[in-house]
Order: sequence, then structure tokens, then C-alpha cells
Amino acid sequence: MSDIQATPSAVVADQQDLQFWMKEDHHPENGTLLGFWIYLMSDCLIFACLFATYGVLGRSYAGGPSGADLFELPLVAVNTTMLLLSSITYGFAVLEMQKNRRGTMMAWLIVTGLFGATFLGIELYEFANLIHEGAGPQRSAFLSSFFTLVGTHGLHVTFGIVWLITLLVQVGRFGLTPANKRRIMCLSMFWHFLDVVWIGVFTFVYLMGVLP
Amino acid sequence: MNTPDLVTLIFGRLTIEAIPYHEPILIGTFAAVALGGIALLAVLTKYKLWGYLWSEWFTSIDHKKIGIMYMVLGVVMLLRGFSDAIMMRAQQAMAFNGNPGFLPPHHYDQVFTAHGVIMIFFVAMPFVTGLMNFVVPLQIGARDVAFPFLNNFSFWMTVAGGMLVMASLFVGEFARTGWLAYPPLSGLAASPDVGVDYYIWSLQVAGVGTTLSGINLLATIIKMRAPGMTMMKMPVFTWTSLCTNVLIVAAFPVLTAVLALLSLDRYAGTNFFTNDFGGNAMMYVNLIWIWGHPEVYILVLPLFGVFSEVVATFSRKRLFGYASMVYATVVITVLSYLVWLHHFFTMGSGASVNSFFGITTMIISIPTGAKIFNWLFTMYRGRIQFEVPMLWTMGFMVTFVIGGMTGVMLAVPPADFLLHNSLFLIAHFHNVIIGGVIFGVFAGINYWFPKAFGFKLDSYWGKWSFWLWLTGFYFAFMPLYVLGFMGVTRRMNHFEDPSLQIWFIIAAFGALLIAGGIAAFLIQIFVSIKRREALRDVTGDPWHGRTLEWSTSSPPPSYNFAFTPVIHEQDAWWQMKERNAARRTEGYLPIHMPKNTAAGVYIAAFAFVIGFAMIWHMFLIAGVAFLGLLVTAIGHTFNYKRDYYIPADVVARTEAARTEELAAHV
Amino acid sequence: MSAHIDSHDHHDDHGHGEEEVSHSTLKGYMMGFFLAVVLTAIPFWLVMGKVIPNPQTLAIVILTFAAIQIVVHMIYFLHMDTKSQGGWNMLALMFTLILVVITLTGSIWVMFHLNSNMMPGMSHDMTEQQVKNLP
Repeated sequence: MSDIQATPSAVVADQQDLQFWMKEDHHPENGTLLGFWIYLMSDCLIFACLFATYGVLGRSYAGGPSGADLFELPLVAVNTTMLLLSSITYGFAVLEMQKNRRGTMMAWLIVTGLFGATFLGIELYEFANLIHEGAGPQRSAFLSSFFTLVGTHGLHVTFGIVWLITLLVQVGRFGLTPANKRRIMCLSMFWHFLDVVWIGVFTFVYLMGVLP
Repeated sequence: MNTPDLVTLIFGRLTIEAIPYHEPILIGTFAAVALGGIALLAVLTKYKLWGYLWSEWFTSIDHKKIGIMYMVLGVVMLLRGFSDAIMMRAQQAMAFNGNPGFLPPHHYDQVFTAHGVIMIFFVAMPFVTGLMNFVVPLQIGARDVAFPFLNNFSFWMTVAGGMLVMASLFVGEFARTGWLAYPPLSGLAASPDVGVDYYIWSLQVAGVGTTLSGINLLATIIKMRAPGMTMMKMPVFTWTSLCTNVLIVAAFPVLTAVLALLSLDRYAGTNFFTNDFGGNAMMYVNLIWIWGHPEVYILVLPLFGVFSEVVATFSRKRLFGYASMVYATVVITVLSYLVWLHHFFTMGSGASVNSFFGITTMIISIPTGAKIFNWLFTMYRGRIQFEVPMLWTMGFMVTFVIGGMTGVMLAVPPADFLLHNSLFLIAHFHNVIIGGVIFGVFAGINYWFPKAFGFKLDSYWGKWSFWLWLTGFYFAFMPLYVLGFMGVTRRMNHFEDPSLQIWFIIAAFGALLIAGGIAAFLIQIFVSIKRREALRDVTGDPWHGRTLEWSTSSPPPSYNFAFTPVIHEQDAWWQMKERNAARRTEGYLPIHMPKNTAAGVYIAAFAFVIGFAMIWHMFLIAGVAFLGLLVTAIGHTFNYKRDYYIPADVVARTEAARTEELAAHV
Repeated sequence: MSAHIDSHDHHDDHGHGEEEVSHSTLKGYMMGFFLAVVLTAIPFWLVMGKVIPNPQTLAIVILTFAAIQIVVHMIYFLHMDTKSQGGWNMLALMFTLILVVITLTGSIWVMFHLNSNMMPGMSHDMTEQQVKNLP
């Protein structure tokens, strides 16, 4: 937006009388939201590499179990629900933030965090089960790429929860300041971005993984 | 718990045996580094410079100071990387007729790996990032970058990565795998030692810094341009920086991911790139070149920008074909993602795959060629001044064209089957990297040094440096083209065929000339500091420049511009001068600036500890350091008071001093 | 970019936090959530209920659903449009998507070729035709 911020006087100025220095104070726009979006794009490429690795190695079972043998789709469906619910509750938190209602916003953030934690819990349970069955990440290239892709997503959710707790403390202490609102919007993007990645995971890994 | 377990818990696999006290070369180096280091520390302590360095430089979030620190890092690491180079040249020149040379294979392999890693990641990258950091905000009329703290943090992460590489000299060893560490050689089975771990962690730590600095500069260029500076009015260097940072943000995650997979193979026993359990080592090669090819353009694009600025300035002409220059840069940015397979034509893809990537590779040479013509046409009928930056630029144009043509030869898959992994390839990429990146960096240093320090660099020694580098380059690398045609492969420790020796001796002579060029550069800096009063430039515009950075004083005040400039044309400062736009000397306002912070230094220090501890399997220390990092980072987010105002009267005083200086000069 | 000249009027105001937060609505979020649930449920049902017998068709169908759902999330949850941040967000997203496609399809294409050329005996999904084409 700041790219064409010519002062009106300069735009209409006669060629002889161009203005070369701003008289008033110039504040460029805050770049945080854009910068964070660019970070998310770079993170997206990390996931792209993990997806590509899964795409290449995902059928290299090395004589071990395949996705059809291992994946429990009902569990994945529950997990997906958790993440979807956490997305909408984060949306509610943002709506409350826009109305400057700190208490209800924090409540919705806590609900979001709980859904996120449940998601993580289910994922850890799934991982523990797989490892217990002898289908750990060392078993085959397929399982290596599966654990790494899903685990990286899980690590991101973990980081998101840590961030969410930090934000709760900060909003609690300093209120809904512009800086804190910006942070809430950044975490919102992060959270919804993880949801988007999860769409790729449940489709490309789980649903397609059980196909013959 | 008994004692040996406790020792393992703390020290991991680090034992006294890891210190290479039986290697005379390393002990000598260590002694020299230690003595030099102690001397430096003593001087700093004697002149009480610690506080000054800490508060004015290390914790500074001023983009200019960070840019300068990047350049210093680049020079220091250049000395390390070049000493590796000259050791290799000496080894290959003497290891004939049964003479084993002075570097045993296990040491020689570390030397060529370290040379590649250091030159790309810790010489070229800091130079490029440093130039962009220093110049871009000035060129777009901004007061700092978008995220000043992040900028400082990125720098220290790069330093931490570099320190890990340096630590491998004296504690343990470095990778013996070549600069891209292909598995299965870099896997646990073939390289159980710490070398590859040093490689992984130094690149991961530095990579975080590089990615963040890319995001930062992108947001800066997009958000902080001065009023009136539309995209097509940006200086070309800013344009190439924009594209470079797009490439950084889009390519470095791939490196992060692929190195993470390799470390999982090494630490967690996964099977991505192993030979059994379904692993596929070629996937590593595939992924790392998806990063690796854009990386080449990350290095060279900003220097294309430097050459554009230099050519226009010293030809006293507007750059020829600005729009085509911009479009060529954008096209290169996109195309650079479609050529990666040309690095492994020989590894068994089918004819269709090889043809596709061969053709895209040839296509990418078209925009690059267009740029060369733009520079030539800018010079055409210009009033060319043969100042040192211009010499480097012309040296680049000749050298880079040769390198580009050998590149097109390598782009032909059947030819590549003969030339792959031969010294022809080595000659080719040194041809474009030295001819493009290094020459460009020296052009940039000579061009912007007066802006950074207020005095020009001594041109006598600058010319020595240029001519030694140029002739040295041709002596060092033309023989490698010849040897490549003869079928000599890269990374050889010794040779059987005595008829090859003469070419290696010529190449070693070339390396000596380059050593002279580096020495002349250091002398140039030293002499210039000595003669700074004679070389002083008070105008802030020593070259009669065209872009905004020359409109402010040299060195610029911390706030860069007392008044934000308004832009009407591409060559904004040129237009101001043409219209005799008077410098505003009244109506100063308080200026909003970010505060210095030490958090970046601390977090990067924790990252260094994490890296070192992980390399040596000191998992307890690594965990503690990770907690420390997390706490520091979160703690930093509780700091909401990150800025302050420079009062209007301070600005007025600073600017009045400059007014006086300018008046005294006339 | 030129569409945003109008937004510069209030740049002299110091706090910029407010104007950047795009104003989402309850309706938008509920709409997004509803679509997301539907678009998630159908592919799960298709796979778990073995509705489409041909695995290749099924794969294409569920990938299409995933693509649509990603667009839904982008619009309703991430509030992507051509205007946010002066169009730069969209530009970054498009560029990233192109690179994601290049990385994914390129890697799979390249690696498939390498596997079928270099390890013909071990290729798990090699068709008869490819075996005949081997050198």
C-alpha cells in the first residue's frame, strides 16, 4: 500500500516545483503481518519437501507393514475434527478481539488450545501404538517419511500451543494493545495454516495411504 | 549412576582424543589462531573497546552496522576458505610420481569440503547479505529494515554457524563428503564421525539466520519504500535484492528440510537415504539441488544489481534497458526452480527428463545474456571513468561470459556425460562464482565503502588487487578446463599421470596470484585507513551517483534521512541534483527509531551451544540450551518498548554539522 | 498496487495495528466451517465406505476435494483475497503454490524415472510396458 504514497501536493505539482523531501513525519506501514505470511510460505515449502519425500518413499515398505495395514481412519477422522473445531474456535476468538472483549476472547483461545492439545494427545497415542506394533520410524522408508511428515505437523501444533499460552499471558497482562492484536492475528494465520497442511496430510497420507 | 555414565551424559562422545594434537598443520593453525586471538583480546581490553563494541556494534539493530559486520565476517571467512584453496592447489601440484603430498586423504577430503561450505555459506552469503543490508534501506529511502531485531539475530545466527565450522578445525573433524554431503557417504554407516554432524548443524544454524534475513528484507522492500517509489522506479540493486530474497525465502526451507531428514537418518535411525529398508539416496540429491540451483542465483543476482549501479554511475548514463533488466531478473528468479536436475544428468534419468532440464537450463542463459548487453549498451557512448569498481565490473563482464558459455556446454546432457564431475565443472563454477560473485563483491565494496565510512578506498592498491585477482583467476582455472577435457575428475588427492603435473603447477601459480590479490585488498583497507584524511569525502556523493543512498551524508546518521525523500523518477538522486533540489535544513521532527537489544546475541549463542552439543551427542546440555533459547526468545517477546524517538533538536544539531561541513567543502 | 492510493490518507496516525486486521465476520467463519466439515466428511466416507471401487479414480476424487477444501480455508479462515497487504499476500501465495507444485511433481517425476531406469527389478509399481522399454 505504501508503494504509491506520493504526497498529493507532489502528484499535482508543476514540473518546475517538485517536492523532494517530506515535510511531515513519514511512518511506513507495519510489515509484521506480511512478514509473517512470507514466513508461512517458507514453512509451506518445508512441508512441500516432506510431502515430496512421502510421495517418493511412501510405498517403499521394505517388506514391512503398509498404510492399509496400519492406519485407523476413525481415529484420523476424530483427530481431523479436533483440528477443525480448534480452527473455528480461533475464529470466534478473533471475532471477540475485534469487539475488544478481552475475557471472552481469552476463553475462546483457551478452548482452541485445548482442542489443539487433544489433537496432539491422539496423535501421540497413534504414534505410540504404531511403535508398539513394531512399525516405528526405523522400520521402512515409508514409515520414516510418515512419522517425519506427521510429526513435523505435530511439532508445529506444539509450538502453536506454546505460543498461545505466551499470548494468553501477554494479553492478560498488557491487554488488547495494537501489538498484541497483531500477534493474535499472526497466530491465527499460523493456526489456520496448520489446518491447511493437515488437509494435505489426511488426504495424501491417510486416505490415499489405505488405498491398494 | 556411576562416573563413566555421568561423563557420557555431560560430554557425549567428546573425548580428549577429539583434539587433533597429532596433526602438525592443525596445531600450527591453532597456535596462530590462539596467539592472534589473544593479541586481539588484549588490544580490545587495553583500549577498553569491549563496552563500545558491545553497545555500538554487537547489539546494534542499525542495518548499516549489521551490514558492515556481515562484510567483516565475509572477509575473515574468506581468509579461512582461501587457505583451504591454496592447500589443495599445493597438494595437487606436488602429489605426482609417488609423492603423496603433504595432505593425507582423510585431511585433504575435509579441506575440499570445508572450502566449498565456507566459500558458499560463510563468504559469499555474508557478503551478499551484508551488501543488501547496508544498501537496500538507503536506496529505498527507509530508516531501517522492517524487523530490526530480527536483522541482528539473523547476523548472529550466521556467525554461530560459522563458528561451528571453525570449531571443527580444533575439536574433532569436518565432513569428508564434499560440500553437499551426498548420502550414503554422509550416512551413519559410511561417516560415523562428527564431521557430517558439524556440517549439518553449522548449515542449519546459519540457515535460520539466512531465511529470517530474507523475510526481513522482503518485507522491507515491499513495505518501506519512500513515497513515490513504485516498483518500476526502484533502483536495480533493490530489484535484484528483492528477487534474491524471494529465492532465499523459497529455497532455504528446502535445505533445512533435506538436512533435517539427513540428521534424522543419522540420529534417529530412520531410513530416508540409507541403502536398505527402502531408503533412496537419490532423493537427497534431488532435494538438495532444488535448493542448490536457486542458491547459485541467490549469490549472483545481487551482484548483477551492483554491476548495474556501477556501470550506470561510471558511464555517466542512465542504465540502458531498465525494464528489460527487471524482467530478466524476474524471469531468472522463476526459471531457477526449473533447472535443478542438470546437476545430476548422469544419475540415470530418462531421455525425456534430461531433455526437459537441459532445455530449461539453456533458456535461463537468455535473460542473463540480455543483461550483459544492457551493461554493454550502457557503456556505449558513455563517459566511462575507470575507477576501481568499474574495473571489477569490466573484469566481470569478460570473465562471466566465458563462464556462462561453458555453462551452456554443460547444459547439453550428452556433453555433460563426459564433463560431469570433471575439473571442467570445477573450472566452470569458479568461473561464474569468482567472475560473478567475488568480482561483484569487490566492485560493491569499492563502490559503497565511502558511503559506509566517509572516505574512499585507496585506488592504487585497489588496482593491484583487481589485476592480481583477474590474472590469478585465469592462471588458476583455465588449466582446469584443459584438465577436465582430459578427463581428470575432481577431488583427487594424488595423480598417476606425470604429464598432467604442469597444468596443476600453473593452477597453483594462479592461486598464488589470487593470494596476492587478497593481500593487496587487505593492504588497500589498511592504507586507506591510514590515509583517510586525504581520501575523505564530505559530500556524501563521491562518485556522482544516481540513487538515494548518495543523497545523505557519509557515513549516514543512524536515522539515514532527516526527511523522508519523495521519489519521482528511477534515478531519484540524479533528478534531485539536476533540479538543484535544495537540502531541507529546517522543520526537523523527532525521529522514531528502534532500540538496540542483546537478545539476538544470546539466542544465537544458545543456538551455537545446541549445535555443538548435538554434534557431540551431549544431549543433556543440548536440552538445557534449548530451554535457555526458548526462555530467552519468549522473554524477548515480553519486551514491548522496542523503540524511542530521536529528539528534533538532536536531529537539528546533526544536520547542522553536515551543513557546515558541506559549506566548508565548497 | 495502484488500487491502493486511497488507503494512504490515514497514514499519519501512529498506531497501525487496527487498520491491518481484516474484519472477519461470524457468518464468514460459520460458512467456512460448514464447507470444511462437508468437504472433510465426503472423502472420509468415500474411502471408509469403499464407495468408488477404482483406486485411481478415488485418489483423484479425494485429491480434488482436498484442493477445494484448501481454497475454502484460504478464503474463509485465512481471509485471502487480492487486496490484503496490497496484493502481496496473494502474489506470495501464488508463487509458493507454483513452487510447491514444481517440488512435488518434479521430485516424483524425476525419482520415478531414476527408479525405473536404475533399479528396474526393485521398482514396486512397474508396469509391463515399462519393463519392455528397459534398455
